[in-house]
Amino acid sequence: MGTYHNPQTHYYMPDAAPTTLSARNLSRRFGQREVIHGVSLKLKHGEVLGLLGHNGAGKSTTLQMLTGALLPHSGQIEICGFDLARQPGQAKARIGFLPETPPLYREMSVDNYLAFAARLHLVPRGRIAGSVAETRRRCGLQDSGKKIIGTLSKGYQQRVGIAQAIIHQPEVIILDEPTVGLDPSQIRDIRTLIRELGDAYSVILSTHLLGEVESICDRVEIMHHGRIIYGDSSAKMQQYGHQPGFIVTLRAPPGLSELQAIAGVQQVEQLSATQFRILHVIDANPGAALLALAAQRGWQAEQLVPLQSSLEDVFVKITESETA
Amino acid sequence: MIFTIAHKEFRSLFAAPSTWLILGMLQFIFAWFFLARLDAFLQVQAQLAQLANAPGATQAVAAPLFGTVALVMMMLVPVFTMRLIAEERRNQTLTLLMAAPVSSVQIVLGKFLGLLLFLLFIIAGCLLMVLALAAGTQLDMGLLLSNALGLLLLTAAYAALGLYISSLTAQPVIAAIAALAALFGLWLTEISAVDSGNAWRALAPTSHFESFNLGLLNSGDWIFFLLFCIAFLLLAIRRLHNNRIYG
Repeated sequence: MGTYHNPQTHYYMPDAAPTTLSARNLSRRFGQREVIHGVSLKLKHGEVLGLLGHNGAGKSTTLQMLTGALLPHSGQIEICGFDLARQPGQAKARIGFLPETPPLYREMSVDNYLAFAARLHLVPRGRIAGSVAETRRRCGLQDSGKKIIGTLSKGYQQRVGIAQAIIHQPEVIILDEPTVGLDPSQIRDIRTLIRELGDAYSVILSTHLLGEVESICDRVEIMHHGRIIYGDSSAKMQQYGHQPGFIVTLRAPPGLSELQAIAGVQQVEQLSATQFRILHVIDANPGAALLALAAQRGWQAEQLVPLQSSLEDVFVKITESETA
Repeated sequence: MIFTIAHKEFRSLFAAPSTWLILGMLQFIFAWFFLARLDAFLQVQAQLAQLANAPGATQAVAAPLFGTVALVMMMLVPVFTMRLIAEERRNQTLTLLMAAPVSSVQIVLGKFLGLLLFLLFIIAGCLLMVLALAAGTQLDMGLLLSNALGLLLLTAAYAALGLYISSLTAQPVIAAIAALAALFGLWLTEISAVDSGNAWRALAPTSHFESFNLGLLNSGDWIFFLLFCIAFLLLAIRRLHNNRIYG
């Protein structure tokens, strides 16, 4: 599969996994307006990368450039070691792409459409029937083979769109907002599928749904006004700028000063008659000490809930700090 | 890869009921015209027989029929070319082709050949109709084939122009009207240049078809049609490539 490039930046993923996609310093203008400024991305086998951002942040443009549907004004893209500009045939055969609007020919049947997509992506003639059947099974389209695409519901059309993107078993799967417009159970199915695909190949998906990032992505890059402003694992992103703490419920609460006196506690705030929010320093959690004290002095501790900043807060915090 | 796209294009034409309707109506109109010409020929046949070197059935029936088909093609081809790229752009299916490992050359040639194969059916329908006369009379096969060939080249030229115009827009209807206007304009240059030596006539595909219609295989006409097709196909390829540059 050619040579793989060593990652220059270190992510939490094991280095053993080969890099499937690397993009360096992409920029793109539409007329005089520069919409993408020096975006670099790296994707490894077995990874799901979420590209997060507001509407108009440049996510779709970036993804289109990664698939070769749009040429960047500067920068370089490599798919499994093949340069997208110099060896487009080799590189594109290893990409599966689902654009924002699934590219479906409404008058074709699902089987014919998928067979066409397979042939377009250079699947050998003898293997086409097999991969169509296999992909249909994967995407939950077993009973829809003979149906005309135009008659399918939105959710099923989306599945056909995903099926089209994975029919040739590409190393890199690029999905532009794959769950938009689906109902909750369809969203769950498609997320499960994306997670599976991420384990077997590698996936980049763009979204503005934070829940999606939380549930399926290994890593997050946040785009804002055409720049990547933040990139880390999605677990770490959740802790961005997060002050550790918890909310404790005490049925017979003591005075605030008594709580304040516990080692490690930075700030105590009374939320209601029995609830207190306690913020503490990062390296010492006073929870155990507090519970021990509560048992000793009869404060009747009821529950202790760690504070979790939602991904939403984090996202707003990151994009705001960039704008400011 | 060209044939994959051509095959898909050909099949999706037949998926639309309107295609079948148009095919049926056309065959009906051509048959009507054919029978009318045949009827007229049979009425004057007795007088013709007294002439030395009288026109035969091929010259009196087949050649005018092909002339009419050529004229109808001018209005018909834009109806089919309008969808080729404009509709893909409107339905955003063009992305599938742009992101797939196929070049703009393959996309354009595939679509062109797919449509040409379909239009070949219409030409073949007319040819078969004329060949039915072989049961009763001697046909001038040379004249017949030169007519069919000329019609094929003319149709190819129209399809290439229509394909290019379709690649310029995202609205099939605009593509159809613009292609019709362009073809009509070319036809008018031929009509308005009355004397046969006028250089403007050389621009019109219809004037080059005329020599095929008379049974003349002129290399100048061949080259005109080939250059016409190549020029517009190249322009369409260029336009698709620009699609990747300008979005």
